[in-house]
Amino acid sequence: MPELEAVIGLEIHVQLATRTKMFCGCALSFGDEPNVHTCPICLAHPGVLPVPNEEAIAYALKIGLALDCEIAPRSIFHRKNYFYPDNPKAYQISQYDIPICGPGKLGDIRITRAHLEEDAAKTIHAGSTGRIHGSTASLVDFNRGGTPLVEIVTEPDLRGAAEAAEWARLLRETVRQLDVSNVNMEEGSLRIDANVSVRPAGSTELGTKTELKNMNSFRFVQRGIEAELERQRGIVDAGGTVEQETLHFDPTSGDLTSLRSKEEAHDYRYFPEPDLVAIVATEAMIAAARASLPELPAARQARYEGEGLDEAQARLLAADPGQAEYFEAVLAASTAPEPRVVANWVTGELTAALRGAEIDEDYGSPTVAPAALAELIGATAAKTISHGSGRQVLAILVETGEGDVAAIVEREGLAQMGGDDGELARIVAAAIEGDPAAAEQIRNGNGKAIGAIVGVVMRETKGRADGGEVNRLIREQLGL
Amino acid sequence: MADLLDLTVAEAAAKIAAGEVSAEEYGAAWRAAAAGDDLNAYLWTADEGAGETDWTGAGESAPPGAGEETPYGANPAAPADSGPLGGVPIAIKDIFTTQGIPTTAGSKILEGYRPPYTATAVRKLTAAGARVLGKTNMDEFAMGSSNENSAYGPVRNPWDRDRVPGGSSGGSAAVVAGGLAPAALGTDTGGSIRQPASLCGIVGLKPTYGAISRFGMIAFASSLDQCGPLTRDVADAALLLGVMEGKDPLDATSVGLDGAIALPTREDLSGLRFGVPKEIGEAALDAGVRAVFEATIARIEELGGEIAEVALPHAEHGISAYYVIAPAEASSNLARYDGVRYGQRVAGDEDLVTMYEETRAQGFGAEVKRRVMLGTYALSSGYYDAYYGQAQKVRTRIAGDFDAAFAEVDFVVTPTSPSVAFGLGEKTADPLAMYLNDFFTVPMSLAGIPAISIPAGLAAPEGAAAGAPGLPVGFQIAAPAFGEQKLLEAAHALEGALDFAAAAGDAAPWRGGARA
Repeated sequence: MPELEAVIGLEIHVQLATRTKMFCGCALSFGDEPNVHTCPICLAHPGVLPVPNEEAIAYALKIGLALDCEIAPRSIFHRKNYFYPDNPKAYQISQYDIPICGPGKLGDIRITRAHLEEDAAKTIHAGSTGRIHGSTASLVDFNRGGTPLVEIVTEPDLRGAAEAAEWARLLRETVRQLDVSNVNMEEGSLRIDANVSVRPAGSTELGTKTELKNMNSFRFVQRGIEAELERQRGIVDAGGTVEQETLHFDPTSGDLTSLRSKEEAHDYRYFPEPDLVAIVATEAMIAAARASLPELPAARQARYEGEGLDEAQARLLAADPGQAEYFEAVLAASTAPEPRVVANWVTGELTAALRGAEIDEDYGSPTVAPAALAELIGATAAKTISHGSGRQVLAILVETGEGDVAAIVEREGLAQMGGDDGELARIVAAAIEGDPAAAEQIRNGNGKAIGAIVGVVMRETKGRADGGEVNRLIREQLGL
Repeated sequence: MADLLDLTVAEAAAKIAAGEVSAEEYGAAWRAAAAGDDLNAYLWTADEGAGETDWTGAGESAPPGAGEETPYGANPAAPADSGPLGGVPIAIKDIFTTQGIPTTAGSKILEGYRPPYTATAVRKLTAAGARVLGKTNMDEFAMGSSNENSAYGPVRNPWDRDRVPGGSSGGSAAVVAGGLAPAALGTDTGGSIRQPASLCGIVGLKPTYGAISRFGMIAFASSLDQCGPLTRDVADAALLLGVMEGKDPLDATSVGLDGAIALPTREDLSGLRFGVPKEIGEAALDAGVRAVFEATIARIEELGGEIAEVALPHAEHGISAYYVIAPAEASSNLARYDGVRYGQRVAGDEDLVTMYEETRAQGFGAEVKRRVMLGTYALSSGYYDAYYGQAQKVRTRIAGDFDAAFAEVDFVVTPTSPSVAFGLGEKTADPLAMYLNDFFTVPMSLAGIPAISIPAGLAAPEGAAAGAPGLPVGFQIAAPAFGEQKLLEAAHALEGALDFAAAAGDAAPWRGGARA
């Protein structure tokens, strides 16, 4: 039997962090007392009409451009009709055949579309079933109802659970940097559904898919898809066929439960929303959205890799635009910039020092001025001070906020011990004298034995000596 | 007192502004008249009070929060004698939300509902100094042509109480014709202002779609619904339109009319071309109505107007398209009435779903249920293209017919309704016969263009005994989109020549004829 290949597409709902709701003037909120952010419009009183949120349209354009989508010059809203307590109009205003953002891509994954719609209210069904049928009461909080959403749909281009979760992280990071959403999965401002199917490797046809709903962390996305792939492979291996259905993944038990099958699928009776006119994305609107785009993670990572950073380093920086800007500022302040070395200091030594000082760094107003770190890196590169001394200077920079690296080096006596004044040579000589056994082993060709003498020298010099120079002096004094 | 009630709105407002008539006295006279409603035309009148938000003019003091900014604009100001409608009470179809005042849309499902906000059109009237005189009876959710679909009983035609006033704005037409209000607000989706105006012998204007905000107008068919005035004469229609038109930030489909509407002054029709659709020749039309239509055409020519034949080849499919589009939109618009947030709730014994089902089963009348089912079916997966999609194509063709006609003529004219007022109960058993009432009015609704019905004469009902008293016949004039001013000028000139009030004489109910 041929191996079964995973075929996965994602549907991502992004709550937009606009000031007000999609079609009325109510403020957006999270965690407030229930039903305080409501009005006749979002409660669907008789006679009310929706008016689209201009900011939400601008945000959708930013997302579309960041995902390399074609922007529809004229897109329209549709009504998606369904009867449920979380949906007071009994229809959701969404987009159907002409979404604001058409085909695009992020990384290697093709985007089918990204469209604007409104969020539903929150419901809790009381009673034994936890579902609307048979519940004794349903509690509804309309605060969330009408929050602007962008739904992003991918092509089924993902080939594994880990790849899907990894790509979803890139998408989250990309949207986060657009500053249009909080993209917080726990709070529900980023929600991911997955369409999962399997097929014989090499086949180009699609198998029957199931839809996995609302997995509220990237880990659960991965685990949910893994569990579903295993279930589907089991069915196919046993000669069965996968049924089209919607499934809920329970991360605690690892169980998948069916929410509804194809037979129960809604007929949403989509039709063009007569209360709204078309969204006409003008050249000016698109230009404004494009001008407001930051350099996005994928592009930034590629640029850094081009500058010589390794992939992990580049991705780390690209995922944190504040830190990346800081990195670039240090690089700009450096006299002989070596991007890879600067990146190591920024993502390694500095991050460790900040963590050690329990500082939650805001790179907008950095603890260590970029020029100071540039000077410090320059001093270690020029071997004016050793790496170890550099680390000590950095700790002082972080703790005191001082900015004069040379003064600290001078005050703390951390200047690297060179060969000129003969002091290092004297300390090396004393160390050899103090450990004749090791000296003998080195002479006899046991290179490892040199470590013991280097250690003594470093201790004596408090790390100010350059390791290479110490090695050279030992060998010189032993006549090797 | 009778003198006061004989004034048109424009005359009364002018006299009040000039200090010749007291606003209090004028308002009190109309409230007394409204309180004497014996046509079942009002569902609520100002004398009943509105509790906390009494800005009707009936109360002693200014309403709380008067003049304050709300999320929907300024609250209606305190009773004022100024403004273009200073001190004039106006009847409002019960489909418009009025803050704190019962608003039912003629349905049991909204019984007891007091909206938390006021419709833009009503707000504009009150901001211009008008008062809400009462809320008028109507076909449930504006679905009907006879007012017999109201959950609160049928309205009687003031010309003959055994006959219908037309619908769905039957209450609004009856109060104006019956001397119970100087003017009224209605809504027109497929003829719901023009047809009752025709059957009651008054003026009814459906403006261009988008001329007046729909915010606060309870939706029936959103792409067709438009608000407009029902008045005694064309000048009053112009006055009310001028106050209400305008782009509303709360209605994304509103555009307003470009420039203010002036009171019409034209007295001749020279240089204007009137197109008569050739399809009228074969249309099912009562002989009396046809005679009045032909006499009116002759009158147009006497006034210097030119008559030309035009073709509206797709108009005959208007009713079919309308009865797909309107129910489809209605099925979606009416899905919100679930008994949870407002209005009537019928508690289910078992669970939430039962409560929903019982509330809707008991809250909606037969015609509403019929249209919700029709519309749901038309939008269903697999049927959408054949029904809704096809109907939209017909709609586009009909708009194209009018475009072609208006390239040749200034106006298209037709009878408003194929018959005079019919008897109560006469057509209730046959929904299709009822739907044909809209034959001449639906095409303009589908095209989104303005049309006015003016009373043109009297005709005896089909099959009536010789010498039977005549009933009003309306004449419809349609103009290109946003051509309201020109339309009102032509209607005004024709109105002057027809002098319907004189022709009706003592038979006119507001003169005490049929009401005596």
